[in-house]
Amino acid sequence: MTVRNMTILAAAVALCTAPAAYSQTCPIETDVTGASIRILSNDFPALHAVNERAQACAGSGNEVSINATAEHKNIQVAALTANPAEYSVAVVANGSLVPLLADGLVRPLDDLADKFNVPQRQRITINGKTMAIAFMANSQHLFYRADLLEKAGIEPPETYEQVLAAAKAIEEQGIMEHPLALNTGVGWHLGEEFVNMHLGMGGDFFAPGSAEPAINNETGVKTLEMLKSLTEYSNPDFLTFDGNTTNGLWSAGQLALMVHWGSRADQITGGQTPDDIGQNTVLSGMPTVADGDKAAATLWWDGFSIATNVSDKDAEASFVAMLNAIQPEILDSHTDKAVWIIEGYEPGPAAVGVQETMATGATPYPMTPYMGILHGVLGEELTDYLQGSESAEDALDDIEQSYIAAAREQGFLQ
Amino acid sequence: MKDKHFIMFMAPSLIAMLLFIALPIVSVFIQSLHIEHEQVIVTSQSCGPFGCTEETSVDAEATAALKEADPLGRFAGFQTYTGRNHLATSEVANIVAESSSVGEFFSDLLNLRFYKALSFTVAYTAVVTPFVVLLGLLIALAVNSVTPVMKGPTIFLTLLPMIITPLIGSLVLFWMIDARGILGASLANLVGDPNLSLKASPVLTWIMLMVYGIWHSAPFAFIIFYAGIQTVPQDTVEAAMVDGATRWERVRYIVIPHLAPLVVFISLIQLMDNFRVFEPIVGFQSGANATSLSYIIYQDLRGNEMQLFGSAAATSMLTIVGIAILVSPVAVKTWRDFTRKVI
Repeated sequence: MTVRNMTILAAAVALCTAPAAYSQTCPIETDVTGASIRILSNDFPALHAVNERAQACAGSGNEVSINATAEHKNIQVAALTANPAEYSVAVVANGSLVPLLADGLVRPLDDLADKFNVPQRQRITINGKTMAIAFMANSQHLFYRADLLEKAGIEPPETYEQVLAAAKAIEEQGIMEHPLALNTGVGWHLGEEFVNMHLGMGGDFFAPGSAEPAINNETGVKTLEMLKSLTEYSNPDFLTFDGNTTNGLWSAGQLALMVHWGSRADQITGGQTPDDIGQNTVLSGMPTVADGDKAAATLWWDGFSIATNVSDKDAEASFVAMLNAIQPEILDSHTDKAVWIIEGYEPGPAAVGVQETMATGATPYPMTPYMGILHGVLGEELTDYLQGSESAEDALDDIEQSYIAAAREQGFLQ
Repeated sequence: MKDKHFIMFMAPSLIAMLLFIALPIVSVFIQSLHIEHEQVIVTSQSCGPFGCTEETSVDAEATAALKEADPLGRFAGFQTYTGRNHLATSEVANIVAESSSVGEFFSDLLNLRFYKALSFTVAYTAVVTPFVVLLGLLIALAVNSVTPVMKGPTIFLTLLPMIITPLIGSLVLFWMIDARGILGASLANLVGDPNLSLKASPVLTWIMLMVYGIWHSAPFAFIIFYAGIQTVPQDTVEAAMVDGATRWERVRYIVIPHLAPLVVFISLIQLMDNFRVFEPIVGFQSGANATSLSYIIYQDLRGNEMQLFGSAAATSMLTIVGIAILVSPVAVKTWRDFTRKVI
């Protein structure tokens, strides 16, 4: 072969493998073009990373639009009911998938998942059908200040009873006033604290197989009493503590023990937190309670699902774009943003809390259709008890009655 | 003006009001009379990254079929209105039967969501409205006697509380009354109680919200009274001065009677606005201590994953009824004046 021919051959080979260089970061290929990929998601860094990759891997000839908003839960049902749906991809979590399932707004993904070999671990199946593909996990867990605990001479707490003892010791020794905070802001957050604690106590929310509430019992009372004891070590304003407030209090050095979301760990230990606080922050798994063997927490997954009211072409293109986004390549630059459920993920320091919580076998947040109603009622009605104006039994009775009225309206009870 | 001209003049506004106010209210009322269809629940396995569990889920196809047949849902009459989350007629009857004292009656009644919200809404309206009128009048009288050079800037500064978006204004005040904020810390110092927390006590939260409400709405009353003061007939005032009336007597016998119709106007607007109080409760995150009718509508629609449209619709209708009741004395008086004039 002459030098000239070899050069031509080398150039030809280089041109043929150039597309292979592109498919390095977007390994899954599809020949769908001219589709429209419209993504609706929540608004935090891990999802920004996923959306960016989905846009880059959308494939030639497909147009992509992204709406990342904290209001996604409120607009998703109406947006996906439209035909054609406003969005082809809805990035959801355990809780936000439920209203979409109830109205049949997302399509089964079994054939697409089989076609592109999605691992079983990432498939969310309901009644045998794959309805979403999960890619990250989240939960609340314990944060504590190692230096303050050492100063008070306390071992890192592993149960809520030990958390109470630690808070008491810190207060009594005059190290810090109101050293403990949970996300007890009235509304969804307060409801979530009850849900976590109740599951840790081994309680159930509903009678098996029905929508009748089952929290007005001894376990419910113990849950409320534990929550009340915990709030006694919190600032009296604890009913205004949403996620951002507790974050701010930690960065200001006003807390020694906190229960917060694992997805915030990056922000809490870095960024605007002063070094002496950030470096002394230790992330540990959610405590157990009342000699239970699983953490008093709920596990959340975030994943994506594809709308029913879009064309099959849009559905396939959207599926491939999102699947490309959550390939192991995302770990190259975004590994610390979340606890990924992706092959090859190695948990970094910010993921320790969630990993430990998962390891203790915590329960996933229930995807029961009427759980949202109970959660909302809990968030509104617990305030009277926590402020000391109502007994635990009365509070639980109020919650159940309020829930029953709302469930009757929604057709879950007659 | 001839009737025909009057109708043509009013037609665009009337049509717009019919389309965008009257018809939606009728639609909301109809929706409040319906509840969702009976959901078809199936129990099945649901699996995810954390393992498999037995879970109940809604049978989407069966539910969709029911919805196609009857899109509005099941007709329930006034069940939502009389249910526990609204007027709670049977619960209230129980409370009346079982409570032994007025105090116990009220504390049991205020346990119910609707009455708790109603109590704050009525208290807020009853306190803020008269104070707004009074403060607006005082500010207008004061600004009227400022030297002409300073009048412009003074008026601008006085109008600022009304110009600031309610949510932002309430957030600013919320941060200032925090235990570590400037107002909260000063107040704690003044009272001598280092643990004073304005956000934790229901009474103090109510007072804070009302103070915010008065601060925010006073400029509205001020600007209307100020305009009214400019129209006070000067010869009457001069005659009174010649007769030896003091400043206070001039205000009491000339200015205030002249402004009386404006008091009615401002009270009407304030009653309607204050009954729908909402932004301060969101800005102050005081849902634990003070809720209002608008706030519980918001909680029904935005509080959780499931939107309770029927419940929100019922509360909306009850809010309209409440405002109608508050406004009725003025409406009756205006009607009487009108019919008397015709004679």
